[in-house]
This record gives sequence, C-alpha cells and structure tokens, in this order.
Amino acid sequence: MADAAVARTEARPMPGEPSAWQQLKVNRNWLGFWFMVPAMAFLVLFLVYPLGKGLWMSFTDARIGREGRFVGLENFEWLSDDSDFIRALIFTIVFTFVASAVKFAIGLYLALLLNNNLPFKAFVRSVVLIPFIVPTVLSAVAFWWIFDTQFSVITWGLVKMGLIDRGSPINWMGDPFMAQCVVIFANIWRGIPFIAITLLAGLQTVSPSLYEAATLDGATRWQNFRYVTYPLLTPIIAVVMTFSVLFTFTDFQLIWAMTRGGPVNATHLMATLSYQRGILGGNLGEGAAIAISMVPFLLAAIMFSWFGLQRRKWQQGESND
Amino acid sequence: MTTTAGTDLKNPAASGAFSRSAAKDDHSEGMSYLESLPRKTVTVYIPLFIIVVVLLFPFYWMFITSIKPDQDLLDLHGGNPLWVSEPTFRHFYKLLFESNYPTWLWNTMFVAVCATFLSIVASVLAAYAITRIRYKGAQTVGGLIFLAYLVPPSILFIPLSTIIHVYGLFDTPFALILTYPTILIPFCTWLLMGYFKTIPYELEECALIDGASRWQILVKIIIPLAIPGLISAFIFAFTLCWNEFIYALTFISSNPNKTVPTAIVSEFVDGDVFRWGSLMAGALVGSLPLVILYAFFVEHYVSAMTGAVKE
Repeated sequence: MADAAVARTEARPMPGEPSAWQQLKVNRNWLGFWFMVPAMAFLVLFLVYPLGKGLWMSFTDARIGREGRFVGLENFEWLSDDSDFIRALIFTIVFTFVASAVKFAIGLYLALLLNNNLPFKAFVRSVVLIPFIVPTVLSAVAFWWIFDTQFSVITWGLVKMGLIDRGSPINWMGDPFMAQCVVIFANIWRGIPFIAITLLAGLQTVSPSLYEAATLDGATRWQNFRYVTYPLLTPIIAVVMTFSVLFTFTDFQLIWAMTRGGPVNATHLMATLSYQRGILGGNLGEGAAIAISMVPFLLAAIMFSWFGLQRRKWQQGESND
Repeated sequence: MTTTAGTDLKNPAASGAFSRSAAKDDHSEGMSYLESLPRKTVTVYIPLFIIVVVLLFPFYWMFITSIKPDQDLLDLHGGNPLWVSEPTFRHFYKLLFESNYPTWLWNTMFVAVCATFLSIVASVLAAYAITRIRYKGAQTVGGLIFLAYLVPPSILFIPLSTIIHVYGLFDTPFALILTYPTILIPFCTWLLMGYFKTIPYELEECALIDGASRWQILVKIIIPLAIPGLISAFIFAFTLCWNEFIYALTFISSNPNKTVPTAIVSEFVDGDVFRWGSLMAGALVGSLPLVILYAFFVEHYVSAMTGAVKE
C-alpha cells in the first residue's frame, strides 16, 4: 500500500512503466537487495564460504602451505581409530552435559532468588552478571592461578579447615580427573550469570496474581513452581539452554587458557583438539575433520531444544511469529 | 501489537526496559509480606550471599594477587593470603611501562570499535530491509541469519585461516576487523529487528506520502527512534569483540599485533615461570574497560542479552 504510493510519486515524470533504472531504485525486491548487500557480503565471504571450504578440507589432506588432495573419508576413518579423538569426543559430551545441567539448576535457582523482593535488587543483579562481562580468557587465567598446584588458595583454605594435610596438597591441574572437574567448574561459574539473568527476565513477566490464585487454591511452594512458573518459563528455558549447550559444546578459550588440553590430553574438547592438530600440528585437513564432526552433535542439540520450544508454543495456543 | 504477557515474553528487546520496570512497579509487593524475616534470611539471603561470593571471589583474588609483592605470592602459609600487608603497584607499573600492554590494549580497542561499527551499519540496513521493506523471501533470510548466529567460530577457524592467508590479511588487524562481523551481524540484526518491529508503521506511511525515500525514512525516522536498541547492540557487540579469542589466536602471530586476551596467555610466561602478579594485573586491566562500560549501561546490556535470546 505505502509502496504503491511511492512507486507512483517516483514514476510521475514518466507515466506508464518505470524504466529499468527506476525499477532498481523503487522495486521492493531490488530495494531490499541493496539494503542486504553489506550484511550478506560479510556473511557469505567469511561464514558461508569458510563453512563450505571447511567441509571440503575435511575430505582432503591439506597441510599449512599446501593445497590438499581429495582423500575421501580417510580423515574420519583415521580419527575413529584415534584414542585421543575418542577421548576428546567423550569428554566434550560429558563436559557439555554436566556443565549445562548444573548451570541450569543453579542459574534457575539464582533467578528465583533474585525474583524475590530484595533490597538493592538492581545492584545485586548487575553484580551477578560481572563474570559474564569479563573476558573468558582473563577469568580463566584467574582460575588457573586459584587452582595452581603449589600455591592454590583453595588448598590453603582446605588445610586451614583441617580437611586435608598440608604435606599432601591436591594436584588440581596435574591430575587428569581433577583437571576435568576444574574446567567444568570454571565453565559453570562463567555460564551461571547468563542463564540466571535471562531466566529472571522471563520470571518478571509472570504475573504474581497467578501465584496468589494458586496459593488461595492451596498450592504449596513446590506446586507453585511446578505448575505455574515452570510451564510459563518453558519457551525461554528452551532457547537459553540451546544457546548454553551450543556454546559449551564448542568452547575453546576456557580450556586453552587453563590447561591447553593437558594433563595427558585429558581436558581436550573437540575444538581445542582441532586447533592443536590443525593449526599447531599443521594438519589442516585433519583439524577441519575434527571441527566438522562437531556439526551433527550441534544439529541434534539445536533440533532437540527447538522442537521442545515449538511444542510448547503449540500447546499454549500462541501465534508463532 | 498486542501486549499480553505472552507476546511480551517474545519481544522484550523492544519493550524490554519498559515492561520490566512496569512489572517491578506494579507487582513488587506480591505475596512477599507473608514471609517473615528469619525465614527469608534462611531461604533467600544466605543462599544468595553464598552464590554471589563464589561468583565474585576470583575477581577479589585477582586483585589481591596483582597488588601483592612477589615473595608473598609464593608463600601461602606465612600469613593470611586473603589480605595484603604491603600492597605494591609494581606489577601494574611493569605492565604499563615495561611491556607491550598499552599496544595490545590499543589493538583490542581499535579492532573492537571498527568491527562493531561495521557490523552495526550492516545490521541496521539488513534489519530494516527484513522488517520493513519486506522483499520477497525476507522471512527466509531472517531465519537464515538466525542460523548464522548458531554457527560457532570453533568450526570456522581452520578454513578461515587459509582464506585469510589467501586474501593477504594474515597478522594484520583487518583479519579480525573483517571476521568478527560474522559473529556480530547475526546477533545485531536479530536484536534490531525486534526494535524496528515496535516502531509504528504509520510514521513511515506518513513519510512515504510526503515523498521521503526509503533511505531518508531510515536515517531520519527509524534510526532516531531505535537509539536504545542501537546502544544495546553496540555494547553487546563491543563486549563480544573484546572477548573474542580463537580468531585472534589463529590469525595474529606477531607480538605487537596481538589483542589483550591472546597476549595475556602467551606473553607472560617465561619458560615455566609464570609471572602471576603481572598476569593478574593484566587480566584485571583488560577487564576494566568492559566493566566500566557495563556499569554505565547495565539496562541496555541486560536488554540486549535477554532480547537476543528470547526474540
């Protein structure tokens, strides 16, 4: 409607069909195209093209400084026999699962706490978000120091409380299992604020009159949460957890800054292993193959939460816009 | 546009700050008067306090470490490690005057500002085209841009590094300035689409009838009305750039071209000796610009974060 008006005014000097040049300036589709050019240029050149190229490289034996030749599935066959890769794959899955589950539980709990009527609520909320603002690498460096094998402040605290003996400190970063726990802890620490604050934003849109009504009908606190809060929050939970799982699964910087995959490759995630093999080791093809093997898992995670979300929308009878 | 609680949930980027404050004003009481202080202390204040302490402890430890003299750092059991008796600013001094730190800080700033600026310009145009010009296939393109948001840098950095080499950008700031927008554009476009949708069509129709071109409408009507959205997008994008690690690690190799996050992890390690004081001071100074920015724009930041997620 509005565009028809424009088309008419623009075409006034030339009655009838506007010229091809006029078309380029006025036609809705061409206009849209011009506006999209900058964004599309970036995304095609530096996102779509590399994605395609990465897929191609995973089927080649490319090395740094040498175009690879097509080797079919050789990289993947090689990887499926590689114990380091299998280990990284398993640890990535465990890492994602444990970290996401704990982040979600504590994040939701924190959101519920913050949703109370608190003094200095805005201040507390902004303080809680700080771990998310600070660059991951820099807080990872702090954790590296906190969990230093010799000079760990945690060890000091445990010694002071008499829980462990001063002569036998915990080897946080040296022991494979402890190192795994430490990186999972650091990831949880960093992820909680994001989940808590986004869920809090969702909680604040739930009208308290619903709780009043439920309480008058005799609902307990748990029932209030289970039958009022949770269903109303599900769409947001689905999206937040999709993002959380996605970013946890593809995490790179936290591991690289804290352990670089060590000790004895125990804390390698797929992303760090792909960096080590592809960039440091120079086997671009193999690195690309490791990176590409993350895609099916990512798609599965996205589909899972996406369809969870769709079902909820449909159940609530909301328009899907 | 209807404004039930349900639609509000899905469109907070637009009405975010407003609806949140409205909800607070209207309902802050709720049933909370039913709770006694002792009960609330146990169920709310104590758990909250513990969580906040755990969340903030690393920063405290970073700060304390950065002002401790070197001998105290390696002697935990001599005194109380949680306190400093003789604070020193030597680590900060060394950092700022005896290392390349200022250069790294400048690089990070330069890259972040340029990449954010480019992304916002591209995103404003794209978001306007998708929400308002509504060309054929606009919905599909919107969906594809959302999908682009879900493509993580960790699966792109290897092919990108070869592409960067081919374009001759390796080890220059442009390698980062041109690749960061791929992370930022999907996010900013999605956020701004939410804002643009809330600007009434009538304003635009009036302008069209008065003979304004699409470009004039965007510059003179839409952008001024979307300023809060632009600020949110700017701050969040800037933070993402400042945080970015994997591209900076892969595409930059020489010391004076590094950004703060990559320089911190690689340049402060002499063989096996970690200079913990300088390392912590570096981490602290590197986080400071973001924390200051955040302190001034908390509301914009939160609305960007929640907006991008819930849209």
